[in-house]
Amino acid sequence: MARNVTNKRKIINTTAAWAVGLLIFFPILWTILTSFKTEAQAIADPPIFLGFDWTLENYKAVLERSNYGRFLWNSIIIAGGSTILGIIIAVPAAWSMAFVPSKRTKDILLWMLSTKMLPAVGVLYPIYLLCIRFGILDSKIALVFILMLINLPIIVWMLYTYFKEIPGEILEAARMDGASLKDEVLYVLTPMAIPGIASTMLLNVILAWNEAFWTLNLTAAKAAPLTAFIASYSSPEGLFYAKLSAASTMAIAPILILGWFSQKQLVSGLTFGAVK
Amino acid sequence: MATQHSRSAARLMMAPAVVLLLGWMLVPLTMTVYFSFKKYLPLRGGDLGWAGFDNYVRFVTSSAFWPSVMTTLIIVGGVLAITVILGIGLAILLNQPMWGQGMVRILVIAPFFVMPTVSALVWKNMFMDPNYGLLAHLWEFFGATPVQWLSQASLTSIVIIVSWQWLPFATLILLTAIQSLDREQLEAAEMDGAPASKRFAFITLPHLGRAITVVILIQTIFLLSIFAEIYVTTGGAFGTKTLTYLIFQRVLESQNVGLGSAGGVYAIILANIVAIFLMRIVGKNLDA
Repeated sequence: MARNVTNKRKIINTTAAWAVGLLIFFPILWTILTSFKTEAQAIADPPIFLGFDWTLENYKAVLERSNYGRFLWNSIIIAGGSTILGIIIAVPAAWSMAFVPSKRTKDILLWMLSTKMLPAVGVLYPIYLLCIRFGILDSKIALVFILMLINLPIIVWMLYTYFKEIPGEILEAARMDGASLKDEVLYVLTPMAIPGIASTMLLNVILAWNEAFWTLNLTAAKAAPLTAFIASYSSPEGLFYAKLSAASTMAIAPILILGWFSQKQLVSGLTFGAVK
Repeated sequence: MATQHSRSAARLMMAPAVVLLLGWMLVPLTMTVYFSFKKYLPLRGGDLGWAGFDNYVRFVTSSAFWPSVMTTLIIVGGVLAITVILGIGLAILLNQPMWGQGMVRILVIAPFFVMPTVSALVWKNMFMDPNYGLLAHLWEFFGATPVQWLSQASLTSIVIIVSWQWLPFATLILLTAIQSLDREQLEAAEMDGAPASKRFAFITLPHLGRAITVVILIQTIFLLSIFAEIYVTTGGAFGTKTLTYLIFQRVLESQNVGLGSAGGVYAIILANIVAIFLMRIVGKNLDA
């Protein structure tokens, strides 16, 4: 009897959860479906859900029309470059804070976090002006640097959290055996830290890929990544639903896949360890 | 001796990150504060001398200021209310035993990974378009007149779009928190005859208190500066001009840098007030 009740409850839970899950996911599903329709089918009344002639025309059209490859390349360079640069700068900092903590470590960590709170719009003009002065407005290098800087606090924090979990005794043992600082980092710490570094990189690629304040305001024709490419569909091309959908699907697909892998690390990364 | 050595090495290793962030914070900030005291119009004469507190006074007395504050509050408040309440409900639902839990989780989290310009455009055109949007079809199906979402219900529309983006974040964090709840405590309460509503109010909700605070603070910081969602949907028209958007327009569109910078200083102060509370919570949790 009791077993029956639990099973019934499980069926209700499952139905409710799947219904809500599909409802939340629906806009993405609808975008993906629409990207395979013809323009006429995309605006058909009543809307067609599955019974349409699947076509790849829209993907072809988007790829031909708009230098999609260049936008994609810019996104890859900006997201990848800012993440790699951030890691190179953050690993030594997080390492020293985790293994050689001082009285000020906590203050430094919190101060780093506070720089993340600076509203972008408050420093928009200075950054814009500095980019003009240095001749790097609408360049990938400017965005690599800026996105690296806005995400650096998160990178340091995440790495710090991971490094803290590596037992210090291992380092002491290595030191006893005569390992130098360089050896410690290269042969002891790095292998143990690689999973943490990997998930930190993953989250930062996602954040940088989707960043849409600086990428919209500091790029034009040359360095614009996919965020700006999609924004250019605002009007009137936005009313070509099938092509808009194809462009959108291509812009979000890589990150959706990466994101699903990173969901476990997401929580502690985004709450700075306040929720684990 | 060895500690002395490793301490200075540690300082050296921290230096690049600290110096970069210090520069990133101080240089633009100083410039913004400097410009805010200037009459500075790059396209109409450039630097026209000191302006004292003129820009600060003019920014808050301009007719666009209070509406933009209201818009900001409505968007931030609306999104927070929706995402926290639905997020708690969803977290409790997802924490129940069921089939395919991992898959449902993936479906629920997905919107968080969609870039803001895509979600804004997809919602604007494919859902909220008054002629061809899916919502218009839905309204017609029930015999109602389709809503002109982004012009007549513009704030509601923005709140819907942004809530859809942030609901996964709230749900995921609350779900993580709920999973650390002691199941035995809930079961004991159930045995003692406490109804579900009481178990929720006296056990689950207090347990979630800190996670809810963290969700509210982090989201507030991000929501105060939402930009792309407004940029590609209404461009600030139909009463959707937030404080962030107003400053953006002053600085880049009308190139009144002095005035915009004064606005920027207000935005920085506002964000810092929220940040202080967040830092307290994070700091408490830090056993460095």
